[in-house]
Amino acid sequence: MSSNAGPTTAGIGTAPVPHTEHDDHLHDHEHHDQHWLWKYVFSQDHKMIARQFLITGMLWAIIGGVLSSLFRLQLGWPEATLDWLQPLLGKWIEGGKLNPEFYLALVTMHGTIMVFFVLTAGLSGTFSNFLIPLQVGARDMASGFMNMLSYWFFFLSSVIMFCSLFLETGPASAGWTIYPPLSALPQAIPGSGMGMTMWLVSMVFFIVSQLLGGVNYVTTVINLRTRGMSMSKLPLTIWAFFLTAILGILSFPVLFSAALLLVFDRSFGTSFFLSDIYIAGQALHNQGGSPVLFQHLFWFLGHPEVYIVIMPAMGMVSEILATNARKPIFGYRAMIGSLIGISLLSFVVWAHHMFVTGMNPFLGSVFMFLTLIIAVPSGVKVFNWLATLWRGNIRFTAAMLFAIGFVSLFISGGLTGIILGNATLDIQMHNTYFVVAHFHLVMGSSAFFGLFAGVYHWFPKMFGRMMDEKLGYIHFWLTFIGVYLVFMPMHYVGIAGFPRRYYSWTGFDAFSQFADLNKFISIAAILAFFAQFVFIFNFFYSIFRGRRATENPWNSTTLEWTTPIVPGHGNWPGEIPAVYRWPYDYSKPGSEVDFIPQNVPYSQTPSSNLPYERELAE
Amino acid sequence: MTSLTILLVLVLLLVVFGLLFRLQILTAIFSGSYVRQIGTSNRVNAVLMLVFMVVGGAAFFWSFADNFDKMNPPIASIHGHAMERMFWTTMIVIGIAFVLTQVLLFVYSYKYQYKEGRRAYFFSHNNKIEVIWTIIPAIVMASLIFAGWKAWTRITGPAPKDAIVLEVMGKQFNWLVRYPGRDMKLGVVNYRLIDASNEFGFDLSDKASMDDFTASEIHVPKGHPVLIKIRSRDVLHAVYMPHFRVQMYAVPGMPTRFWFTPTTTTDEMRAKLGNPKFNYELACNQICGKGHFAMKLNIVVDEPDDYVAWFAAQSPVSKNADLMASYKQMSQQTGLGKGGSQGAKANAIEETGETPAPLAAQASM
Repeated sequence: MSSNAGPTTAGIGTAPVPHTEHDDHLHDHEHHDQHWLWKYVFSQDHKMIARQFLITGMLWAIIGGVLSSLFRLQLGWPEATLDWLQPLLGKWIEGGKLNPEFYLALVTMHGTIMVFFVLTAGLSGTFSNFLIPLQVGARDMASGFMNMLSYWFFFLSSVIMFCSLFLETGPASAGWTIYPPLSALPQAIPGSGMGMTMWLVSMVFFIVSQLLGGVNYVTTVINLRTRGMSMSKLPLTIWAFFLTAILGILSFPVLFSAALLLVFDRSFGTSFFLSDIYIAGQALHNQGGSPVLFQHLFWFLGHPEVYIVIMPAMGMVSEILATNARKPIFGYRAMIGSLIGISLLSFVVWAHHMFVTGMNPFLGSVFMFLTLIIAVPSGVKVFNWLATLWRGNIRFTAAMLFAIGFVSLFISGGLTGIILGNATLDIQMHNTYFVVAHFHLVMGSSAFFGLFAGVYHWFPKMFGRMMDEKLGYIHFWLTFIGVYLVFMPMHYVGIAGFPRRYYSWTGFDAFSQFADLNKFISIAAILAFFAQFVFIFNFFYSIFRGRRATENPWNSTTLEWTTPIVPGHGNWPGEIPAVYRWPYDYSKPGSEVDFIPQNVPYSQTPSSNLPYERELAE
Repeated sequence: MTSLTILLVLVLLLVVFGLLFRLQILTAIFSGSYVRQIGTSNRVNAVLMLVFMVVGGAAFFWSFADNFDKMNPPIASIHGHAMERMFWTTMIVIGIAFVLTQVLLFVYSYKYQYKEGRRAYFFSHNNKIEVIWTIIPAIVMASLIFAGWKAWTRITGPAPKDAIVLEVMGKQFNWLVRYPGRDMKLGVVNYRLIDASNEFGFDLSDKASMDDFTASEIHVPKGHPVLIKIRSRDVLHAVYMPHFRVQMYAVPGMPTRFWFTPTTTTDEMRAKLGNPKFNYELACNQICGKGHFAMKLNIVVDEPDDYVAWFAAQSPVSKNADLMASYKQMSQQTGLGKGGSQGAKANAIEETGETPAPLAAQASM
């Protein structure tokens, strides 16, 4: 490792480098220190691994988006003939119609891909990897090797899941929550044959990847903070990643156990989740199992999972709002407290997904209490973000726009959680489009906005160039408007009781009224999907031809901006900077500049020190 | 040929966009705004924030009002009316929070946009404010929880003793309905006895089965509590009756239940809605396979007299020649009907008198 410690270029392809580093780069090559295979593929450098996660996540997001466009076509135009999709979907188009079982496969894979592969691996994997060492002041992750394994297990899992899309019997089709018995019995739906097997195998590798990553993140944050970086001086991003990693470590193993038991039921004749089943003309021998048990195991991961998705976005948004409002984040300690509160509560609310699944109603009461309490820390976060904007001096960078968009979507989606968390109201709303609208806003779109904000904000540090701001604005406004046009009307459809995962509603009088609205939603969804290509173009164009970045383009205070424009292996060419102050000294009275980086000692800023800081200056 | 033309047009469009993009960059470099930190676009974005709030907000309220009638399915049960009130009360509460926070977000974004020479106000924390905006939502939440909890315990509590009992069983991909007959007892069923002529798995060695009858739609009397016992024989399904605000999963191996009191007959509802074809419907609301979206069952709410007449006109299982013949044949072959019924009973899912274990707590509440 020590031979790699010198600054090297770490950009993809022809990423720009200042001259001095470029020389080192050539120097490295002369000595064959870093074969391209170890530098770009089996890299142990956290920044390269982060980029690997990001680009894999983007590929998955495109696939997930294509799948959703396909089923939105079906929902918007249930009577249309889809022959023109034959070249893409082959035998899944039967007589001009989408096969109903393949429709279920589409929604299942859309959910799986977006929740796990994009918003867990792509979001948390990218930014935890990229930012934790840079912001806590470490040369790399605690174990670079485990970190590399984490990506490659994710890659393996991705390959398996991707291959399952092309199976003759179709990929898993029992919904992303894979409730047995549907997911356990190939007789019930063809997707529960090989497709489900591959889903489970893929997910096991995914869990391994998450655990390797999570252990690394937690260890790095605890052990590798630079001199002076106490826990109360950590940027909120790091707090969010830290708590996210803990949630993952504690909850993913439970999904592992659920997957394992399901594998046993499917392949080895056990009856953990199966009982009293007569299917396809045959009574099965399984007795005594409980499908509800699976739901408990699944949601014990599944609910923390939504916080695993959203908390990194919360952390990054806090950081970006403070930087671009040129104000300290309001209520730093309250923000940490609410993150901890959300983390703790996220483990005791899982059964609110199960109010009407036959679970004991007394448990329903308990989980309703716990669920609605989680609105309080979430509310505190929103109020603190608003207070951060108040009397700021806001620069609308693309990242800032997405951060503000995040807050807006989080409010819109979060509030309807108060309805769904109420067991009484959930009787009517459970599994309707109201739920779909709720979680797509609060965890889907919000987390995507956090992801976009993060990419726009940290792109200069990742690739040494700036993304085009104008394209960023266009991307933001199209996406922001598109998301609202899709998910606001979806609430109306949900209040009317439209069930989710329906291939069409034409068979029911009760669900006959919203054909026009569903068409509208489909058009908005497909347009919003196409708007993402503005981002994809901007991203890849800017990697190679974007405007060159400076070391600290946003005048930010955290440690990553004290590294060279493209930090090499080891992050800082010389000594790691020490930290003296919290990360939000923006617009401090008495200071000439409107930001004071964390590595500036109080002794250098006598004019702006607060009373208690004067003692620290000596 | 057409697809080639479309492709060509798309490619040309992309080229045009690319050129426009280059042009934009070159102009920006020329005018000097390329490297400037904060230019006119900052102001444009700030104004757009305000425009988004006003136009978006107006569009939202207009479309909400416009669709309001369509999004409210008519209600036909007692607890449904209570739920509806709670739903819209909660909607008003969250609506207030929604408007307040979104307006502050967009107005602050506009008002505190970058201005040359202004400095942001260094305001890092205020514990009093934090306490206030922790406690107020906590109080609001507590009251919502309390109301929800009261209603939840009432709705999920034990059904009145005099409730009409019927059983709905989900299977891929339709619903089967069974009534207990004159003795008011649902007979024992056993999934191992299911075959083409015995879709329910009746165990005819149980005398209580003999007068049970099956139906092709649900009939219930108006104004009388109805207890639906719910089963599934293959995968998960969910009984979802949107007009009655009823939903409960059908779980293989674990009978569930839901009780409600219908308030409006089908005829009354038809008259009220001016739709002579209106029917109450039961939909499957848990993904169950290919035919999930088509698992429909009609529900008829009768006047109590009509219900009694309908009930009397149904023909019990014992009159089902097919079923009885295959039962006789089977009991001769295996002795299942006589001595062997012990085994069948041990495996039986449905209770005869006592409550099944998973629901014991419910009954005692």
